[in-house]
Amino acid sequence: MNSFLAVEAGGDVVQAGGFFLENVWIIPAIMAVSFVIILGFGKRMPSGGSNVGIAAVVVCFILALLTAGQWIGEVNRAEGCSADTCAYIHFDDKDHSDGGDHSDDEDHSEDEDHSDDEDHDEGAFPVDASASGLTGESAAAIGAVALVESNGEGGGASALAVISERTWWSNGGFDFTVGTMVDGLTVTLLVVVTLVSMLVHIYSTDYVAGDRRYTHFFGFLSLFTAAMLFFVTSANVLQMIVGWELVGVCSFALIGHWWEDQDNSDAALKAFLTNRVGDMGLLIGMIILFFASGEKWGIVDINRAALDGSTSHTLLLIASLCLLAAVMSKSGQFFLHTWLPDAMAGPTPVSALIHAATMVVAGVYLIARLYGVFWEGLSIGVSNVTNAAGDLIDTSGASINALAIIGAVTTLVGASLAFVQDDIKKVLAYSTISQLGYMTMALGVGAWTAAIFHLTTHAFFKACLFLGAGSVSHAVHSFDMKKDMGGMRKFMPTTYKTFLIGSIALAGLPPLAGFWSKDEILVGTGGWGFFEGKPHSNGAYTVMLVMGLITAAMTAAYMTRVMYLTFFGEFRGGHHDDHDDALAADHAVDAHDDHAHHGDPHESGPRILWPLRILAFLAVVFGFFNLPPGFLGLPDGITERFGHYVEPSSAGKYFPKINHADPSWSLAIASTLIVSAAVAVAYRYYFVRVNQQSPSATELVNGPTERFGLLKAGHTMLKNRYYLDHIYDGGDPVSPAGSVAMGTIFGAAAGLTLGFSLDNGLDQAFVPSLIWGLVLGLTVFVIVAAALRTGVGIATFVKRPLAFAANWVHENIIDGAVDEVGKNSVKGANALYTYIDQGAIDGSVNAVGRGSQGAGGELRRWSTGQVQQYATVMFAGATLLAGLLIIVI
Amino acid sequence: MYLVQFLLLSAILFCIGVYGVLARRNAVLVLMSIELILNAVNINLIAFGAYNGAAIPAEVFALFIIAVAAAEVGVGLALVLTIYRNSKSIDLHEVDLLKG
Repeated sequence: MNSFLAVEAGGDVVQAGGFFLENVWIIPAIMAVSFVIILGFGKRMPSGGSNVGIAAVVVCFILALLTAGQWIGEVNRAEGCSADTCAYIHFDDKDHSDGGDHSDDEDHSEDEDHSDDEDHDEGAFPVDASASGLTGESAAAIGAVALVESNGEGGGASALAVISERTWWSNGGFDFTVGTMVDGLTVTLLVVVTLVSMLVHIYSTDYVAGDRRYTHFFGFLSLFTAAMLFFVTSANVLQMIVGWELVGVCSFALIGHWWEDQDNSDAALKAFLTNRVGDMGLLIGMIILFFASGEKWGIVDINRAALDGSTSHTLLLIASLCLLAAVMSKSGQFFLHTWLPDAMAGPTPVSALIHAATMVVAGVYLIARLYGVFWEGLSIGVSNVTNAAGDLIDTSGASINALAIIGAVTTLVGASLAFVQDDIKKVLAYSTISQLGYMTMALGVGAWTAAIFHLTTHAFFKACLFLGAGSVSHAVHSFDMKKDMGGMRKFMPTTYKTFLIGSIALAGLPPLAGFWSKDEILVGTGGWGFFEGKPHSNGAYTVMLVMGLITAAMTAAYMTRVMYLTFFGEFRGGHHDDHDDALAADHAVDAHDDHAHHGDPHESGPRILWPLRILAFLAVVFGFFNLPPGFLGLPDGITERFGHYVEPSSAGKYFPKINHADPSWSLAIASTLIVSAAVAVAYRYYFVRVNQQSPSATELVNGPTERFGLLKAGHTMLKNRYYLDHIYDGGDPVSPAGSVAMGTIFGAAAGLTLGFSLDNGLDQAFVPSLIWGLVLGLTVFVIVAAALRTGVGIATFVKRPLAFAANWVHENIIDGAVDEVGKNSVKGANALYTYIDQGAIDGSVNAVGRGSQGAGGELRRWSTGQVQQYATVMFAGATLLAGLLIIVI
Repeated sequence: MYLVQFLLLSAILFCIGVYGVLARRNAVLVLMSIELILNAVNINLIAFGAYNGAAIPAEVFALFIIAVAAAEVGVGLALVLTIYRNSKSIDLHEVDLLKG
């Protein structure tokens, strides 16, 4: 049995089109206008501008749905195509061996309303006549036309992304374009972003009601939505960078929404600065891609150049590692994830929208969008791995690459940290990190559709969880589960139910959404085939599979813990007559003082509950949109709808040929058992033992972390967040235990990444790769650990002389230099005045005056006023000239 | 042909005219000398025209010059008259208002 499913029905491509697909720019534009209106006039409106934002986002959501519908229609149309009924786009099947001429066939996605471009097309390519007619007439939707061989197989064609571009400006014969690119991935993000944003807008009208910067808050929600929509509809990487930075700015502004509190503004700064680190990678990566792809900015062009073999593998590897740095910062991947938990300082709706559902997946989206680059650069598909002689080699059982390892490490780190948080939002923040790691890992193992599907389901259930946490904290005015929550299910039944659904979805128990997407990722690792002895999909990412399973278990366990601490046991709050500062900051408490007169907390209002219900509903049903093929004998028209409409076809030449893993009953059952076991363990710990001890207890008095040294050390390490913040902030001295832990993780991650990803193109089997990675990891670990161990001592010893030295340098060298510069400047200016201004400039002016005077004095003597004298001179001159004429001639 | 004789006459007339213009103090005589110069030119034109058999008869130019000279004398005499009214003299040596 062939375990690989063919991705494409045929190799044919049809240009998709339609009003909404071609004019998708309207959607971000509406939100941008809404931002301007809210910021400009919001305060004078009765609703403080929130109604404008809600109206705009509702319109956008409807437009996004229409766009998605049109895309689905186009995919169906393409599928029903035959060569007679549709204009197939024929691609130039060029010889890959000469990379030199690739510049001309990449031009197709440029805006084709330039006549020269059209000439170019007709002259250089065998473009199908009807297709080129289409491109000529409609200025807007011209797609990425380009070059595919028609393999003549039946079964319809695939729809090609709709690209609408305009020239922005030209310089030196080089056109910078702006435009939109719409395909399945784009419409997915459009719908997710507008839907979650819409629900968050509605939720916020209650949650931040009475806030001192209510209008500002909604203004930035609008701007954020606009920026994110702009980002996902970008046709070229320049626009992506703009959108990327814009969402970063909005994140900064909204984390620091209550900036009067130092912690909040620090958190905003931390988020912003951490992202700057990655942005360097983004810029460098994009610039490398620009040159590597033959000076193209277009997403499709870059992917095509990466995939057609004309770009050097080394360049692609460097570019994808640079972009990976950007992804690590934006999508909270280990070890640049530390800003994300701090970002919870922002209002909860913002956490739900930006720091869980949409913005943080920008990194994942970036990888998905430029997947050709990552696919080739990191050799994700084993089929691309060749040895020095150029033959394909089998690396079964040893597949690994930087993307997958970063994702896998992140998912474990996030899940482990989520265990020890007392703040309900921080649990969810770490859980987000963990799930983002899942997505990155999925992309790293070639499970593209699974990653995007998980992105979508995660957006729904994580937004549901965040908004649920917000709803709870709205009632108890705190985020601290241990101090102020417990037993909430009695007070807030709806919040409890939706939160429970979100938790089960996140934990990945069937049949909720999280189960399907998580399971697809696990299958996509191809690692299960290693155990079953079957062929794998894109390589046997066995390590990823194991890490993914461990994470799934941990996720289930920490969500059980959160459920217990928040909703079960006895209510521990109600004594907070002292509004503590942190929570006063996180709430528009002042406006709520009327019902903050304590007693029992109560359920939130409908504007909070309805978004929760909708998201919980989606968290239940959304998984069915991508049932595995052949599931329970369902027909093809029902299973795998999501992947079918979202995943681009490799026939468009801008997306790699991905092998899809076979769904596996045994893996699904195994993962479900593991998750159930984890839930059972956590249940027994919290619901039984802790509850027995006391209904209001939060942990066992003499629990395992206090009894066993190793567990205690681990707990301390987790409490200190792997000491990463200590390293970055340089604040508290790092304890030896922390440095060891830190060094181990850091070293292992770095070593594995280096050892495996760089070697992936070599003929390496599993064991040598592992040894390689461990040796490198150990080296880094020893260096880091030694540096840290001695570093603390050195730091305390050296700090004082260092400070004195720095001061001396400052006083004498720097200040001295500044003084000298000042003195010499004065001297120089004086010299300038004396010699240049007074001497040269004034002198020359005076000389001109005197010269004129003297010349005038001489010449006036000639002016006698005697007409006849003048006439004499004139005649003399005439005679002279006449004489000269005679002599010359 | 007697071209040389005509040219000699013309040259003599021209020289007399130039002398008159440069040397006479009486403004009216200066004007008259200018007339001599112009007529010397006329003689030259006609002599050369007859000698070469030009397509356009040289007399046309001579007639133009006579007409322009008449106008010039008119203007010149008006100037002389104005000078006389202002300074009671037509001695050119006394008309030196432009002296620097």
